[in-house]
Amino acid sequence: MSYLPTWEQVVRVLTLSDFNTRVVVVGVGILGMAAGIVGTFTLLRKRALVSDAVSHATLPGIAVAWLVMVALGGTGKWFPGLLIGAAAGGLAAIAAVMVVRTVLRLHEDAALGIVLSVSFGVGIALLAMIQQMRRGSAAGLDSFIYGKTASMLVSDALLIGVISLVLVVIAALLFKELNMLCFDADYAASQGLPVGVLDVLMLGLVVAVTVIGLQAVGLILIVALLITPAAAARFWTYNLRRMTILSALIGAAGGFVGAALSALVPRLPAGAVIVATTAVGFVISVLFGTRRGLLRLIIERRRSDRRIRREHLLRAAFEQVEGRLGATPNRADLQAAAVDRTQLADRRGWTRGELAATLRVGHRDGLLQPAPLDPDSLRLTPAGAAQALQIVRNHRLWELYLIRHAEVATSRVDRGADRIEHVLEPNLVAELEAELDGQAESAAVAASPHELADPQELPGSAP
Amino acid sequence: MTWTSLDTGIVVVAAVSAMASALIGSFLVLRRMSMMGDAISHAVLPGIAVAFLATLSRDTAVIVIGAAAAGVLTAAFTQLIHQVGNVDRGAAMGVVFTTMFAVGLILIVRSADSVHIDVHTVFYGSVELAPLNDVVVAGVRMPRALLILGAVFAADLAFVLVLFKELNLTSFDEDFARSIGCNARLMHYALMVMVAVTIVAAFESVGSILVIAMLIVPGVVAGLFTRRLRSLLVFGQGVALVCAVGGHVGAITVPRWFGLTDTSTAGMMTVVAGLVVAAALVVAPERGLAARALHRLRAGRRRSVGRHRSVGRHRSGGRRAQAPRQSNTTPSISFSRR
Repeated sequence: MSYLPTWEQVVRVLTLSDFNTRVVVVGVGILGMAAGIVGTFTLLRKRALVSDAVSHATLPGIAVAWLVMVALGGTGKWFPGLLIGAAAGGLAAIAAVMVVRTVLRLHEDAALGIVLSVSFGVGIALLAMIQQMRRGSAAGLDSFIYGKTASMLVSDALLIGVISLVLVVIAALLFKELNMLCFDADYAASQGLPVGVLDVLMLGLVVAVTVIGLQAVGLILIVALLITPAAAARFWTYNLRRMTILSALIGAAGGFVGAALSALVPRLPAGAVIVATTAVGFVISVLFGTRRGLLRLIIERRRSDRRIRREHLLRAAFEQVEGRLGATPNRADLQAAAVDRTQLADRRGWTRGELAATLRVGHRDGLLQPAPLDPDSLRLTPAGAAQALQIVRNHRLWELYLIRHAEVATSRVDRGADRIEHVLEPNLVAELEAELDGQAESAAVAASPHELADPQELPGSAP
Repeated sequence: MTWTSLDTGIVVVAAVSAMASALIGSFLVLRRMSMMGDAISHAVLPGIAVAFLATLSRDTAVIVIGAAAAGVLTAAFTQLIHQVGNVDRGAAMGVVFTTMFAVGLILIVRSADSVHIDVHTVFYGSVELAPLNDVVVAGVRMPRALLILGAVFAADLAFVLVLFKELNLTSFDEDFARSIGCNARLMHYALMVMVAVTIVAAFESVGSILVIAMLIVPGVVAGLFTRRLRSLLVFGQGVALVCAVGGHVGAITVPRWFGLTDTSTAGMMTVVAGLVVAAALVVAPERGLAARALHRLRAGRRRSVGRHRSVGRHRSGGRRAQAPRQSNTTPSISFSRR
């Protein structure tokens, strides 16, 4: 099986003491950075998959460039010449996508698929013919499909690094314009920005990154460098500047670590390792991203679930004892009233387990306490009573609003209010109070506008 | 051009794989998920690799199960990333399939010591060699690829025929389908399974490039000529057949013009697919360039006639000529705006 690298080798690669490794690793790192930056814009412009069509279309471009160079008497090995061919193929693909999309009014998705598959097929057909030719040297042409970081020449790596830096500079200079294009193209146009030109420029950057990345990761996987870092960065921030920087960092780290790993461990396909390391960054972002990460979503969901549960508990407790409190219930009466456990569960339709869980929440948050003499009933704490009054008030304000202004039948308002009561913001409550005059001065809880559940079980709660 | 029984075998295998892909791919096109074909065709690689490494068998059933699982995972992960991160669906797909492809590639290269799977044969299985590997079934000698592809084609056909109504509904109006109690999500994943199975069956024999083109092109082209699902599917089969026959004829004739022997049939089939799209670009009714030019010409003539008539008569003649002509098939498309 595999041979783990010795410690010395690890140190040698990480400290970049070997010249070749240094150039390749740094070159691929800068490539990752450029791809991360360009990818941010295409992602936000919802054209991430354009790079997939572009990358596949570089293959016929490379084949044609080889044929041209051989026809001119060369060997077809000149790297910049092949890159120019690849770029021409990529640009042709973008033009073809536009033509197919506008003339046939197809969804972009179908246009991309057609161009991608047809151009790749053309490339394969051409390569198959090239391999039969006796002139020139076709060896290594198909290394563009999967990439060959390991056998990358120092001059190639330098070229990749330099072009990537140029792309980074271009993106930085046009940051403001591209920013506007991505967020609101119509607004950008109304501000006098040449939206069409900017779009073409953005796609030009995509072509450039794709072309220089071919050698490093291959044409099937270069797409990943253009999409994954940007998609990962999206989980951390809503700010475009931060997102771009983060995406650049993730891309650079992926390229750097991936290239270093493939230099360390024998028989690791470099392109795939680079993509896989970037994907690790993506998975970390999905799990722990501070804006949209799963962990944050779960915590938020739990928090709001708990709040809703708590508020349901308080309202159930209030409504149970409401009949014993008199016309304008106050906090002291509410605290004194005994709340029956089983009736709570009946009212909300909680199972025994749900009731226990909810009561635990109520105890922990200091809203309820056991009644001094009766083990089966509970009492609201001062804090619990205050919150209960507040939440019931919100609930009934919304019910009144629905009855008076939305003309919802009285018997049906409870459900709607049950959902909305948890998210009523103070300013909305104030608005409702102003709307439903008569409620405003007395900050008291009005009687429920509808019958409160089963009257047999709830003595004294008259409609 | 010399045509042998070998050529017939190649064309038959190519045609069956193209028709199977076209049948199932039309639904991807209708659902605006064409790129899912590309994504799944890359993403099945780890499925194949894991299935192979786990069982160490080259049994077709094992590989098909692995591929189907990978197809469903691709769709599910794409959906998850799209929903949780609010990432554009295309980008989510891009992340998923490149990652899965990379993982598959690493698995295969790392395990090359103990087992042998050649990435090249997985992806560029060549249709030219398909007739050479044959089996005898019920006394009939046929290419092994034809047996597998025929079975998959039959499965696709059965899937489409049995679930025609559901597929039709969910492809055109998912919300309506859901409202009348059709399980749209189940249909979605079932379709993904069929796509993955079709793709992987075709991989072994004809290679991936062809599959992606055949999943998308026939459905798109047929959609330009007809709006009814039934005729769209039949038309798509015709396009697939044309690509298969034309592709192989092209593969053994075109290179001779340049003094070479032949080229990849799969590659040439996609070239023919490209030519079919180009032809549709020109001759498609309503949207094609010819139809547009003709319409512009007619509109121009009518406008001039209208102007002529309006002299000395009421002015509405000219105005009427400029009014958008009602297209009798798809009223939503109006040419007068352009």
